[in-house]
Amino acid sequence: MKVPNDIIIRSVTKVAVVIILTFAINLFISGHHHPGGGFIGGLAFSSALILLFLAFDIETVRKNIPVDFKVVAALGVLISVLTGIGGMIFNMPFLTQDFDYFELPIFGKTELATAVLFDIGVALAVIGTSLTIILSIGDDR
Amino acid sequence: MNNLIILPIIIPIIAGLLMVIFKKSIKFQRILSIFAIVSTGAVAVILINQISKDGIQILHLGGWKAPFGVSMVADMFATILILVTSIVAVCCLLFAFQSIGEKREAYYFYPLFLFLITGVNGSFMTGDIFNLFVCFEVMLVSSYVLISLGGTKIQLRASIQYILINVISSFLFLVAIAFLYAMTGTLNFAHLAQRVAEVGQDGLLTTVAILLLIVFSLKAGLFLFYWLPGSYSAPPTAISAIFAALLTKVGIYAIIRTFYLIFYHEPQITHLLIGILAAITMVLGAIGAVAYGDINRILTYNVIVGVGFILAGVATLSVEGITGSLYYLIHDMIVKALIFLLGGTVIHLTGTSKLNEFSGLIRLHPQLGWMFFIAALSLSGIPPLSGFLGKVFITEGTFVTGYFWLGGIGLLTSLMVLYSIMKIFINGFWGYTVLTEETEKGTTKGLMLPIGILTALTIALGLGSEGIQTYVDLATQTLMNPEIYIRAVLGIK
Repeated sequence: MKVPNDIIIRSVTKVAVVIILTFAINLFISGHHHPGGGFIGGLAFSSALILLFLAFDIETVRKNIPVDFKVVAALGVLISVLTGIGGMIFNMPFLTQDFDYFELPIFGKTELATAVLFDIGVALAVIGTSLTIILSIGDDR
Repeated sequence: MNNLIILPIIIPIIAGLLMVIFKKSIKFQRILSIFAIVSTGAVAVILINQISKDGIQILHLGGWKAPFGVSMVADMFATILILVTSIVAVCCLLFAFQSIGEKREAYYFYPLFLFLITGVNGSFMTGDIFNLFVCFEVMLVSSYVLISLGGTKIQLRASIQYILINVISSFLFLVAIAFLYAMTGTLNFAHLAQRVAEVGQDGLLTTVAILLLIVFSLKAGLFLFYWLPGSYSAPPTAISAIFAALLTKVGIYAIIRTFYLIFYHEPQITHLLIGILAAITMVLGAIGAVAYGDINRILTYNVIVGVGFILAGVATLSVEGITGSLYYLIHDMIVKALIFLLGGTVIHLTGTSKLNEFSGLIRLHPQLGWMFFIAALSLSGIPPLSGFLGKVFITEGTFVTGYFWLGGIGLLTSLMVLYSIMKIFINGFWGYTVLTEETEKGTTKGLMLPIGILTALTIALGLGSEGIQTYVDLATQTLMNPEIYIRAVLGIK
């Protein structure tokens, strides 16, 4: 079997993936007050993983990231729904979000919001769904 | 604020998600699915009590008051439908346990079933037309997968047709919503109703109303039903039963909601159109039901006749008509599930859906035969079964408002419905017994329980229709007086 010569794309990917993942997390965090958020952050995150799938083969990446992306998607939606229920425990309407300012050791005065938990759910759902779609299209078995 | 309202939507979705995560254990999925649907039904019962005591219950999601946020509104109409949905869903699940097969169970049958229920319950509860679109999509995406799950040839052919038609109707729905938003500047049902009443329903708004009618007709199978017989007869019995019982009803619910709450100012255009479409639907559906000699086809055409009949009552815009439509809607959900499960059992036993290939089933399966007979009578509205009262009220409504032709067609087609179902009964259950216990393709073991429950329910609903009268009256009262709904949602004292 002929081994494809893909040394360039593999070398670039190894560096680029780190940058894309950092950018994805940055997009995710900034989404609270600025453009960004769980959806777009999740898409950027999964684009990094898709690049890995393209540069290396599916089996290798699967061995290193042994998660079922369908479960990731379900877990994401579950987290989002459960943060909605969080409001119900305090006798507020479903999906009520709250935030407050805290003095943290390194960050100083930081705003912590429950909406971030909801967004984590959204991001996981997007990552899970997009990768499930890509993998089921890409899998030719 | 009443957080109970959201439970019928989030209980099924949480249960479904847990099942995706723990997909290995089928037993866990079965228990959890029954538990989820039963608790949804219990919530609906509590809500019905609260509504009859304190009026319409509202939940503004995230604390954002209407018309700015998305509101969930539980009025009597929607909550009754959620209760019936839960009952029908439990019966279809019990039927599925025995008949759906391990392969489909392993490929997310139960999660998809619960997501479907999530979408249906969401459509009933929402107080926002865009959210209605979203809930429609949740329901439709689950139904796309359910209809093609298993991947047999006939299913794939039906699912392409089904997906295409629904994608087009979703597209039109979005266009209609955009027009509506451009003209009124709001998406909340109550706020829409208020604004349309203020500015008057002019030609443009009526056009949007007709566009919405086309969209909901595609979903409900009113006139634009040509996709329905193929799609509903393709999937396994448990799935086609839940489709027949619920999916068209969501379209009917949307028609009633929009044309009784928002667009009721020009009934000589919109409601007359609904009436004409209903009449054509009943006639074409009845012709189809009489013409075919295939159980699946006969039953799916009966779904279409039912849709036409319910909307005949809706078209009258009268208290009698809508009372009848409500009674008939409840009856139709139960009895359509019942007749599909019965038909499916017959096909399961004989291995064929062609009527001329078997006969004499009643010798081996007397219970099945008699339950089929009861279901057939109930379907065509013979007293004292559940279809009777709805039929009386709808006919009364059409006569009171001068739609004599509509009432006449309704009565004529119910005779044709009776004939088409009796055709199955006479050909399939009477006559020379072809099959022996050895040559049967399957057993009725476990399948009789859900059928028995639904049969008991159609008898109970017929004999005890007085019992639910107060609730149905409350629902019609809210529907006939949009003010009650608007005040409750917008918080006007």
